[in-house]
Amino acid sequence: MSTTTDFKRRQISGRGIPLPGNDIDTDRIIPARFLKEVTFETMGEHAFEDAKKQNPEHPFNSRLYKGASVLVVGQNFGCGSSREHAPQALMRWGIAAVVGGSFGEIFFGNCVMLGIPCLVASQEDLEWLQKAISRTPQAPVAVDVEKQEVRCADRVIKATMPDGSRNQLVGGTWDSTAVLLEAGPAIETTAKKLPYVAGW
Amino acid sequence: MARTLLDKVWEAHTVRTLPSGQTQLLIGLHLIHEVTTPQAFQMLKDSKLKVRMPERTFGTLDHIIPTTDQTRPYADPLAEEMAVHMIRNMKEFKLPLFDMSTGKQGIVHVIGPELGLSQPGMTIACGDSHTSTHGAVGAIAFGIGTTQVRDVLATQCLAMAKPKLRQVRVDGALARGVYAKDVILTIINVLGVKGGVGYAYEYAGGVIERMTMEERLTVCNMSIEGGARFGYVNPDATTIEYLRGRQYAPAGAAFDKAAAWWKSTATEPGAAIDDVARINGDAIEPVVTWGINPGLSVGVSQRIPAPESAPEADRSTLREALAHMGFQAGQPIKGAKIDVAFVGSCTNGRLSDLRVAAEVAKKGKVAKSVRALIVPGSQQVARAAEAEGLHEIFQAAGFQWRKAGCSMCLGMNPDQLVGREMSASSSNRNFIGRQGSPTGRTLLMSPAMVAAAAITGAVADVREILR
Repeated sequence: MSTTTDFKRRQISGRGIPLPGNDIDTDRIIPARFLKEVTFETMGEHAFEDAKKQNPEHPFNSRLYKGASVLVVGQNFGCGSSREHAPQALMRWGIAAVVGGSFGEIFFGNCVMLGIPCLVASQEDLEWLQKAISRTPQAPVAVDVEKQEVRCADRVIKATMPDGSRNQLVGGTWDSTAVLLEAGPAIETTAKKLPYVAGW
Repeated sequence: MARTLLDKVWEAHTVRTLPSGQTQLLIGLHLIHEVTTPQAFQMLKDSKLKVRMPERTFGTLDHIIPTTDQTRPYADPLAEEMAVHMIRNMKEFKLPLFDMSTGKQGIVHVIGPELGLSQPGMTIACGDSHTSTHGAVGAIAFGIGTTQVRDVLATQCLAMAKPKLRQVRVDGALARGVYAKDVILTIINVLGVKGGVGYAYEYAGGVIERMTMEERLTVCNMSIEGGARFGYVNPDATTIEYLRGRQYAPAGAAFDKAAAWWKSTATEPGAAIDDVARINGDAIEPVVTWGINPGLSVGVSQRIPAPESAPEADRSTLREALAHMGFQAGQPIKGAKIDVAFVGSCTNGRLSDLRVAAEVAKKGKVAKSVRALIVPGSQQVARAAEAEGLHEIFQAAGFQWRKAGCSMCLGMNPDQLVGREMSASSSNRNFIGRQGSPTGRTLLMSPAMVAAAAITGAVADVREILR
């Protein structure tokens, strides 16, 4: 993974890993039994654990994709449970950016909180990209968050992200606690205007 | 200008607009549980931060606890470790925890409304995707991840983008044997599992308006299964009467003031809504999922569809679903053999769910080949059910009567499927591996339909049993 500075996620370059199929839920990414941990440290070892066992051809089993950092998925990836363990598992496996057709909303938000951009591309472009990567797993894939495009081989694909999240990633403000704390006493001021906080 | 509940609640909780363009949104109620918080508390400690509004933070134990013997230490050392961390963190940060000793422990989305913590006009966040449940009382409630839990603990705020609003209108009237679960499964089937991405769902129409609060909780609970992170029902007389007398609801003159404010948060006629979806309630029959996501469902009288009948983009999912479930396209869902029956979860673990399941349980005995569990959603639900003698009805019919917890909804406690077992479940997800066995199979349905399947040994039409 290469980033311009510590927190700014303007561009992420690395090898790709294709994961075809739609509606891959967070239980599939990391089954609930591996959530019985008080840290996220072991999550990377269990990414797609059951799916890998059931399917020897699963891309996460393949040596060809070892060290890949750009995951290319289908529609509604990361639907289901809010478990941050899912993006934690992907991140600790080595994934630094995801390109797909659409994303489960909580998964998407969790990825942003970890500095992992999730960009949306057309079905046609996703299929092309998945094929290109499987043909040439060593080919570099560049995810340009700032320009909202993905570059692979000689092709440039349009890949979008909503402005708010994209600004957080590009500006390096995705680790949001510090940003939220900057509001200072305005937090309490807002709270005290609410009758259920101020008292009836 | 007329405004929606979403507009009003969002504006009232806006602290400021962030440089990214997102809203810094104040969270009025933060609910926490043992699975998605230990890392958040650790991050808080590492940054030497305090909990910003401890009085707006409440915790419970639900996901990992056993529903048989709840004596500590738990038999599973990992579960015990998670409980220890939760109890220690709550103590260290001086936050209230509804543990077993309080008599108020239960699934976080059951106890929030039950205790009157969840109220209209609030923003509610919890590290669990089914937080949309609390939208039933007229709140903007949504699931978050662990790093966001850290943000709420530290700042009582989240960086959020306001969703679009879709009104989902269910008009007409439900037939006997058709329940709130069938309504939401139908909505998800029609609008799709990703249809709600980017949206809040406002449930409206005659069917929703006539629902009890517990039925509305079931509907809002599964909003996320349709892709919508938020789902709510406008507060009305049903909401206000539901909250009256609850422990954390205001009392006396304060209640009347609160009720007036709660009503004022409802969507006004003529307010701009991004789009409207209509469902005919008259046409809904008991629904059973046959696949590997909650949108893959059919009415109990129907047959499992062929992949070729679906749009091309969905066909691979349908093929994968048929293979995992061991079903053939064209096979009727009715008569599919089951091994396990589960009534419980944040979707359908409330008193009214147990009552309707008990009504069906009276009509027969659990089939010999079936393991059947009834798991109340909270200690309060369990006590109320026992006071009515529901546990005796269940036990007499061969169902196991368990203690409150998330149980077999997800594979995080001893209640799990084994091997390829087929489960009739009142829970919310039929994802591969969801109920604890990588090869296990889940059929989602209403509690009445689960009880009907338990006594039949196979998927049955509860309308024929209740006739």
